[in-house]
Amino acid sequence: MRYSGLKVITEGLFGNKGWGRAWRDPAPKAEYDAIIIGGGGHGLATAYYLAKNHGLTNIAVLEKGYLGGGNIGRNTTIVRANYYMPGNSEFYSHSLKLWEGLEAELNYNVMHSQRGQLILAHSDGQRDTLARRGNAMINQGDDAELWTREQVRDFAPYLDFEQTRFPIYGGLMHKRGGTARHDAVAWGYARGADRRGVDLIQNCEVTGIDIENGVVTGVQTTRGPIRAKKVGMVVAGRSSQVAAMAGMRLPIESHVLQAFVTEGLKPIIDSVISFGMGHFYISQSDKGGLVFGGDIDFYASYAARGNLPMVEHVMEAGMTLMPMIGRAKVLRSWGGIMDMTPDGSPIIDKTHIEGLFVDAGWNYGGFKAAPASGWCMAHLMATGQSHEVAKRFRLDRFRTGHVLDEEGTGSQHNLH
Amino acid sequence: MRIPCPLCGSRDRREFYYYGSEDYLNRPTDQGTIEELDNHLFLRHNPAGITRDLWYHETGCTSWLIVTRNTITHEVLGSELVADRKKGA
Repeated sequence: MRYSGLKVITEGLFGNKGWGRAWRDPAPKAEYDAIIIGGGGHGLATAYYLAKNHGLTNIAVLEKGYLGGGNIGRNTTIVRANYYMPGNSEFYSHSLKLWEGLEAELNYNVMHSQRGQLILAHSDGQRDTLARRGNAMINQGDDAELWTREQVRDFAPYLDFEQTRFPIYGGLMHKRGGTARHDAVAWGYARGADRRGVDLIQNCEVTGIDIENGVVTGVQTTRGPIRAKKVGMVVAGRSSQVAAMAGMRLPIESHVLQAFVTEGLKPIIDSVISFGMGHFYISQSDKGGLVFGGDIDFYASYAARGNLPMVEHVMEAGMTLMPMIGRAKVLRSWGGIMDMTPDGSPIIDKTHIEGLFVDAGWNYGGFKAAPASGWCMAHLMATGQSHEVAKRFRLDRFRTGHVLDEEGTGSQHNLH
Repeated sequence: MRIPCPLCGSRDRREFYYYGSEDYLNRPTDQGTIEELDNHLFLRHNPAGITRDLWYHETGCTSWLIVTRNTITHEVLGSELVADRKKGA
């Protein structure tokens, strides 16, 4: 079924009885050409582009829970392409272009809203760094504007311009940045993949990866064994456990990242604003809730909930930046499991096992990357070659020294 | 979260700096291989469950500790001084 405005109206007139399921619920077949482990945003996007770009439709996505039930369903929904380093810059640029065409592509409303993202500078040095980053973004073909303090004040008068500890020197505005409806991205890709014949198999946990003489032959699951010559591991948060089934140790340590949402308020923050002096970023959802987050909790965790010191730190950063939010009540908070790599950049690569591929290590930046991650992982699985914009996301780059340290904080899991 | 320090007793998590997995203690010799170095610095088991990792009691006694904890429940099971481990070796 094709969704349209006319369809919404006619369904409304006839009791909304004709919508039907958005995707099938197939039983697993005994064999597929390719299997994607993980039915999150990246896994579903990979399946979609394998079918669409490479004509591979005899494929399955295996999800241990329900589709989009992991980090794609719980994040701060920011979409941007403001990376500096070669290797990252072209990748996120490609992803933003895919975002811009995503709704038409998927015939699904992902509520992509290019409301702009503003990063603030609080010192001369920081403003210089933002100028350099802005130039890199422009050279990449994306947009960036270096704003003065007065421009920032015109745009966001509610920021605290009076304080002396972290004075606002200006900011970098990325107008094509913004937000999207997180769940809808997963659902849109799921529906798109299903319509192209991909089997989306839920409640199907992979319990083993079958390897014979260094070649992958299939997987063992809670719904029986499934054969496949190509298997992609796209399981952010649980990458280390799945890779361990293939006898691998990944350069990943899992950390918890917390995020918060307040009660619904009238519209006050009409873009994404990032504080430069503490890790804090905020936007307002279409329902009115302020959605904000900060740093990871800085120790390995799978608890999917955070610790109070970081809650306190995030609230302090928010109050320092915009004291007006102090009376808003926090409605809920959550903690996602982040695949932290030593340099803060992701991995899309082959493994030493033939036919086994890995897409992991998205740190806390996986949401905006979902379209390009799927695009490049599909390219890799179909052709055996890294895609041009993802060729530096190598699994062995720490051993070979080709790290991609965007933050410049060092090669250690807990530093990014 | 509170962490038991063998010297200071049970202390608030904020007094400690987390460094990473116990793997950091398995430093290869100068005759070691690149794979050993990779395992020492980057590659991790990253267990969902019991883990042993390094914490520095930064605003306490400044000792390095090996803390045994559960990464799923955040339960802290015990700690020992890195210095004692070296003595035993």
